[in-house]
Amino acid sequence: MGSTVFKGGVHPDYNKEITATMAVSPMKPPSKVVIPLQQHIGAPCEPLEGIEVGSEVKRGQKIADSTGFVSAPIHSSVSGKILAIGPYNHPLGSVLPAITIEPDGEDRWDESIKPGGDMENLSAADIRNIVREAGIVGMGGATFPAHVKLTPPAEKPIDVVVINGAECEPYLTADHRVMLEQPEEIVFGLKAIMKVLNADKAVIGIEDNKADAIRVLEKAIEGEENISIAHLHTKYPQGAEKMLIQVTTGRVVPAGGLPMDVGVVNFNVGTAIAINDAIREGKPLTERVVTVTGSGINRPANLLVRVGTLVSEVIEACGGMKESTMKLIVGGPMMGKAQVNDDIPVIKGTSGILALTDQDMYLAESSPCIRCAKCLDGCPMFLSPTGIAQFAEFEKYGDAEKLHAMDCFECGCCSYVCPSKIPLTQWIRIAKAEITKAKKK
Amino acid sequence: MDRKLVVSTSPHLKSPEDIQSIMTDVMVALFPATLMGVLIFGYQALVTIILAVVAAMVTEAIILRKGNLFGDGSAALTGLFLALVLPPSPPWWVVVIGSVVAIAVGKHLFGGIGNNIFNPALVGRAVLVVSWGAHIAGDVWVRPQPFAFMADTVTQATALSTYDFSLWDLFIGTVPGSIGETSALALLLGGLWLLYRGHIEWRIPGAFIGIVFIMGLIDGGFGMGLYHVLAGGVMIGALFMATDMVTSPVTPVGRLIFGFGCGLITMIIRLFGAYPEGVMFAILLMNSLTPIIDNLTLPKKFGEVKRSDA
Repeated sequence: MGSTVFKGGVHPDYNKEITATMAVSPMKPPSKVVIPLQQHIGAPCEPLEGIEVGSEVKRGQKIADSTGFVSAPIHSSVSGKILAIGPYNHPLGSVLPAITIEPDGEDRWDESIKPGGDMENLSAADIRNIVREAGIVGMGGATFPAHVKLTPPAEKPIDVVVINGAECEPYLTADHRVMLEQPEEIVFGLKAIMKVLNADKAVIGIEDNKADAIRVLEKAIEGEENISIAHLHTKYPQGAEKMLIQVTTGRVVPAGGLPMDVGVVNFNVGTAIAINDAIREGKPLTERVVTVTGSGINRPANLLVRVGTLVSEVIEACGGMKESTMKLIVGGPMMGKAQVNDDIPVIKGTSGILALTDQDMYLAESSPCIRCAKCLDGCPMFLSPTGIAQFAEFEKYGDAEKLHAMDCFECGCCSYVCPSKIPLTQWIRIAKAEITKAKKK
Repeated sequence: MDRKLVVSTSPHLKSPEDIQSIMTDVMVALFPATLMGVLIFGYQALVTIILAVVAAMVTEAIILRKGNLFGDGSAALTGLFLALVLPPSPPWWVVVIGSVVAIAVGKHLFGGIGNNIFNPALVGRAVLVVSWGAHIAGDVWVRPQPFAFMADTVTQATALSTYDFSLWDLFIGTVPGSIGETSALALLLGGLWLLYRGHIEWRIPGAFIGIVFIMGLIDGGFGMGLYHVLAGGVMIGALFMATDMVTSPVTPVGRLIFGFGCGLITMIIRLFGAYPEGVMFAILLMNSLTPIIDNLTLPKKFGEVKRSDA
């Protein structure tokens, strides 16, 4: 076991108390759903045969898939009629193909939805197939297809599974709530993951600002000898893969490497629940818990939302958005994406919808760097954000690469902590994009 | 939806700390030393402080063509720093020239805040030392007269010329010297505040003071080690001047090297040089090495060690 705290990071105001005590409530069925064909990292899906404008679909029916291995199929989250197939606003900031469905209000489940059977009777390959067919992706926001993580190459055996219950992003409480409300499902999903990977140990990492979730899960794992709970120091970005693995297992993921290089995979608590639902109930991933919060939301809540529901409808269900809202963000405030408008669908990776007013945030002009080194101290990857940013500003991308710009995972600590309010993370993003572009040539 | 939203890239939260709040924190940290300087050296010290601060702010406002005198607070802070390393009562024009040089040459000639190589206050002082040395070095140090605010001044040799003050006087500050450098106690209080607020860290002051102590100890035993730490400008230099963000290294190892170099040069000048005191030149010399130290001491990135093992 390494240190219980990683080096670097920042302590923003967490503002989780707004929604932390609110139980998850299912949102009323939406008036339409817009289901993007790309909701994951990897190959985009294509509509299946017979899925065209006017055709009827049922809830849970697979409507799009891809032949690519790194991809995840997409299912209808309602029963109804397909209105359109075509480009639509996407929360990641572009316009991407999507299937628009008008619900018929009957919510009929597809015939294919049936329990997968007892875990004892399921082989690793069966479970892996169930997870793939259910379209499960990383629910923490990264949206990496889960079945790919369950298929490590033979030369990289996995011995430890890390479950991410850190939820280090400020404001978000979706993971906190599911840990309180569905501990048994998390443990079941985790055991399925352990079975597939033949891993003999698992750690559930939870930040110590969620003491109630730690208690609930400690109770849920009573008698499980291979599963433990790690009490994590509350610090952003504690939930980042490499930091989480370091503090829960003491292993350091090599630069440029993956967790499996040190025998670890990690899954979000929400992903474990999705795996549970897929195995026990046969349900594909068509809904998720979303924290709708921020001082711009009239009635903040943790909602169970169908994938494809428009953000405008979700906000409407929370009493609407205040006039004073300055920014609408999908995801958390540190790594989420600011939106141009609310006409965008909730996707599998949407953990939060934030409406921020000047109570939560402020806009600032940047001043010159005063070399305070707070960005170096805050960088969990031990980079020199100000150094990379200055090279990026002068378009010296080769020098930026020498300062390891490509190791940045854009947690935002540097920009957060900078007293000169320099958009360091953004400069590093530019450097990364230019370095990648130069490599492709 | 027809309202306009702000769209920018993440992160969407920013720490409330900005340049002005840091400058204010440093001023708060200097308050005990400033107060002790005025209590010990009387009204003339206060006049010098006000002159230096106002001259610095006016110079910056003229250069930046801004009406806001205080601005981000950095000019006022430079003026205050300069005053604290001047004798209590130099002629007014010496103080003003020092401030103007500090801001115009030390700071803005290099490109303004963040771009200066050398600590601006020390640039101002260095110019005064070599140009009007008779007014700010040698026979200008006044005898401390605590709480005698309006007293006439009597000159007295400094602690680094005679080496016969008690450690207690050096600690409290009742010795002749620059306005803000004499009270180790007041400077320590301020330094602790800066440590607490996260604006300095232990490496530069630790290495600086540590090496001064060790070299003093080698030269004259434990007492002499402490004497060298408490006398002259080591405390204000190590806690406030060498830790100036703009002109000191940003890397952890670089800070150790920087502090070590400052202490070493200070003691070489004190023990073997022509000047009784060497803190100013030590810091200025190390300032010039900061970029090279930074480049040579970049920290290893997360996971780099493991990679080479594999």
